[in-house]
Amino acid sequence: MNASRRLPVLICIIVALTLAIVPMPDWASPYRPDWAVLTLIYWSMSMPRTYSVGTAWITGIVLDVAHGTLLGQHALALAFVTYLTTKFHLQLRVFPMSQMTATVLALLAIYQFILFWINGVAGTYADAVAYWGPLISGTLLWPLVAHFFSGIRYRNTRTS
Amino acid sequence: MAANTADREHRSTKTPALGLRLLLLAALSVILLVVDHRQNHLDAVRKAIGATVYPLRVIVDAPVSSWRWFRENTATRNELLLEMSRLNAERLLTHARLQRFTALESENARLRAMLDATGKVRDQVQVAEIMSVSANPFRHILVINKGSRDGVFNGQAMIDADGVVGQVIEAGLLSSNGVLISDPDHALPVEVNRNGLRTIAVGTGDFDRLELPFLPNNADIELGDLLVTSGLGGAFPPGYPVAIVDSVTRIPQGPFAEVTARPAARLNQVREIMLIWSAAKEDPADATVPAAEETASPEPEPTGGDN
Repeated sequence: MNASRRLPVLICIIVALTLAIVPMPDWASPYRPDWAVLTLIYWSMSMPRTYSVGTAWITGIVLDVAHGTLLGQHALALAFVTYLTTKFHLQLRVFPMSQMTATVLALLAIYQFILFWINGVAGTYADAVAYWGPLISGTLLWPLVAHFFSGIRYRNTRTS
Repeated sequence: MAANTADREHRSTKTPALGLRLLLLAALSVILLVVDHRQNHLDAVRKAIGATVYPLRVIVDAPVSSWRWFRENTATRNELLLEMSRLNAERLLTHARLQRFTALESENARLRAMLDATGKVRDQVQVAEIMSVSANPFRHILVINKGSRDGVFNGQAMIDADGVVGQVIEAGLLSSNGVLISDPDHALPVEVNRNGLRTIAVGTGDFDRLELPFLPNNADIELGDLLVTSGLGGAFPPGYPVAIVDSVTRIPQGPFAEVTARPAARLNQVREIMLIWSAAKEDPADATVPAAEETASPEPEPTGGDN
């Protein structure tokens, strides 16, 4: 039962990683949402005992290698955001969608801030739009993503 | 319902462990960050994880490559004929240019022999296909389908038909990562083709713009000047076109002029690149020539890019 429950989530994470490296047209690529964060926020909120900081950290390391950033940068940011989500998962679950989206905006902002901070310490600078773009698109996409994942989760729990 | 109560039961015992786990992972991340930033000890780790990302890259590349395959296989006779005549015309033109080039090359060799300098050796090239270009705006990384099995090494120069594209930073077994010259961390020693003025071209994070930050206001540089690699950084062989100067702003009150250039290679449009095996690099006698020129320039010798 456990393995059949885990497989769909694993696939979700792999798809999120794939979407993170899929080529996009030039005008759209600053607005590429952080699919991995959205995925991990949802699953650590709904299944916090199975997916929390450990899963997030490993996903982050793979993301670091895929993006060619410093090893540990995305890992640290993802682990921290997932920690917050896991800690407040009971509150988050009962939030109405509008309030939840606002919380996700805050979580994404924390994520981008950690990336920005590490970039600053390491001496890598870039335009500010590169930090705001994923924040906007991620927040706008959250209701859709949450709806999609809850479909998967509902089907999953019903069959097992 | 049952799952919910189970959650509540475990929450009280789980919460402190969670904070501890985060602390451990954060410490591990920081150690990794520091080690990775300072030295290249983690290359093996990167290679191992990179191998697990390879299937993802193949999946991502699959639609593009299958679409190309489909296009190639369903091209009409007319299109093929047009393409053929275009390529034939292009070939004639390049051949005509090459005739002059051979004459110039032999003349160059003769003159160099007269001056007792070492002759230039032709560089070896190999074509590699680009599998993906990194989406991260802070790092302009591309992945190519050739690795250390094909003889790719760290620091190898990559060019396309029009100019320099970048250099290899991580040679994996089957695929390699390369950094583009437009990467904000990348600096490349160049010279102005017209007068040999040496400077450094730094990436900006924008595919269409390089900066030349260390040129004084009275430097002899104009719009349309072609910048070529100077070969002084050691990573790039000399003489490949890099960029064309597209704006020069002289600031009377500042120490440096603001000069930007547009890369000659189409960095965001290429599908194939060429890897260069420079034969001149192993020749120690070659080092004396640039060293003699070095005294004329106040510029510090930059590295060919970051690690």
